[in-house]
Amino acid sequence: MSGPPLLSVDGLRMHFFTKAGVVKAVDDVSFSVGRGRILGLVGESGSGKSMTGYSVMGLIDPPGRLVGGRIVFDGQDLTRLDASAWRRLRGNRIAMIFQDPMMTLNPVLRIDTQIVETIRAHADVSRESALARAREALARVGIPSPDERLRAYPHQFSGGMRQRVAIAIALVNHPDVIIADEPTTALDVTIQGQILFEMQKLCRETGAALIWITHDLSVIAGLADEVCVMYAGRVVESGTVAEVIERPLHPYTRGLIDSVPSRNERGRPLRQIPGMTPSLLELAPGCPFRERCARASAACAESPAVTEPAPGRRLRCFHPVDA
Amino acid sequence: MLAYTIRRFGQSFIVLVFMSFLVFVGVYAIGNPVELLVNPQADEAERIRATAALGLDKPFLEQYWGFLKGAAKGDLGKSFVFNVPALTLILEKLPATIELAFVAMVIAISLGIPLGLVAGLKPDSFIGRGIMAGSIMGFSLPTFWVGLVLIMIFSVHLGWLPSNGRGETVLVAGIPVSFLTMDGIAHLAMPATNLALFKLSLLIRLTRAGTREAVLQDYVKFARAKGLPQRRVIGVHVLKNILIPIVTVIGLELGSVIAFAIVTESIFAWPGTGKLLIDSINQLDRPVIVAYLLVIVSLFVVINFVVDVLYSLLDPRVRLGGAAAAH
Repeated sequence: MSGPPLLSVDGLRMHFFTKAGVVKAVDDVSFSVGRGRILGLVGESGSGKSMTGYSVMGLIDPPGRLVGGRIVFDGQDLTRLDASAWRRLRGNRIAMIFQDPMMTLNPVLRIDTQIVETIRAHADVSRESALARAREALARVGIPSPDERLRAYPHQFSGGMRQRVAIAIALVNHPDVIIADEPTTALDVTIQGQILFEMQKLCRETGAALIWITHDLSVIAGLADEVCVMYAGRVVESGTVAEVIERPLHPYTRGLIDSVPSRNERGRPLRQIPGMTPSLLELAPGCPFRERCARASAACAESPAVTEPAPGRRLRCFHPVDA
Repeated sequence: MLAYTIRRFGQSFIVLVFMSFLVFVGVYAIGNPVELLVNPQADEAERIRATAALGLDKPFLEQYWGFLKGAAKGDLGKSFVFNVPALTLILEKLPATIELAFVAMVIAISLGIPLGLVAGLKPDSFIGRGIMAGSIMGFSLPTFWVGLVLIMIFSVHLGWLPSNGRGETVLVAGIPVSFLTMDGIAHLAMPATNLALFKLSLLIRLTRAGTREAVLQDYVKFARAKGLPQRRVIGVHVLKNILIPIVTVIGLELGSVIAFAIVTESIFAWPGTGKLLIDSINQLDRPVIVAYLLVIVSLFVVINFVVDVLYSLLDPRVRLGGAAAAH
């Protein structure tokens, strides 16, 4: 890759300051993504992957607060922006797609209203030309008879169609970065496949950088260029998809890969990672995975530093899995 | 839509007939109005004559049947006391009450929704808590007491506002209204505020609860992710979603404000229907009581119908006519 990456997140920390204590939802997360590239953020529920996405969007509400790190987008540090400058980037140069298409569209507003307002929030254009762009956007994500569908309400669409509309809204201003927070999790497998394929195609065509947040490694395997595996608010391992999946170094990544059902192991009980993700509330220092890790030792009571075991790979573990 | 309207009004008609019957029975059971109407020194013959003149000598069901026949022709009977048509009596007083009720609702809506939004968006802030504390006061202080305190402060101590009557009125389409003259507004201010206070508190709480729920929804987060300005996120995405329960309550409360403005009207000597009703009940003036209740029920019917139509405008998922329209 040439030149600096389009978006680079460096040492990002986002904590929730609740009455019960501090929740370190995002704790020293770093990654970067370039134009036309797809980055997967993988992790279980509560690993901080969605909160990382919201942090980049500037959509963190109290009691949550960014407490450290930088989010450098196109040469400027977003964490230094005021609220209105961040708002002008949102939906314009950085867009986000959410998990549940049944919930993301406003039920009482027509589709055209919801697309046109996105265009007119960022560009001083007439309603007519905004409508024309809205029509194009719907057609681009494969919605048949977009003219008719523009005047419909969200409840008149199926789940897959709603997600296409949400994607059309996210793409309508031709953003440079798209953050997709599990956008296919709530959909049928067939629809999921179509949407994955189209998102990949759209990113390649427009040169947008895509950050795909998911708990599903198999989705990432077919989609992303690079992957960051997150656990308890930290990136435990990152690298190119091919390397991370073929040669996982972190015991957690290894566990995740082993938990994916495979055709070669038909009839055998699935392997699983014992235990549960730890509560992030007042998390003890040290490697957060050590309670569930077969390789843990006394050394793991201290937080492992980030190492670079191979070019382009980063790891946070004292006892990497042997290749 | 037409079938729906016809069915709605058919149902309402049954409600009206049933209600008039109940009121008839109720007033019949309370006592004999002749006792109150004739001179205490009158002899038996005069009592019988008066009873016959009012039609009270006939059996109960015959009296009711007579009323129904009259009602079908738009005649709700003559007041026993004033000997003028009961409906005329009510329609004379109704504009004053409706004006008072509308001004009260306008105050409640124009303050209640914005204050509720603020309290819902910033529930833990000083101002959010302050608004809620105020609304608790509005809920719990009795109307008559607040009315008296208002008179004490603004009429007796400060001498700013008159404490009774409608003040100067002007005719609009043949109906006298107060809100177009300065004097009328001065007369309206206190009773309308008094009447609005409870509704205001109700709307604040309702709006706040709806707002708190709505801001957590994904569509609000998505609207923000689209980079919409805050005022559009709140003013369109949140407000339009929470408006449905608010419109329901406004509709119901508008009816009840008209129907039960009695306390406020009594305190501020507002010449509306509330005073008329109290007097009529005291004098067992059955035609006026029945006519009043029929007018009020009709008002409720119309308001509820308007609310239902508003629903379908606000929420595209609501279709009027329910099951019948689905086929």
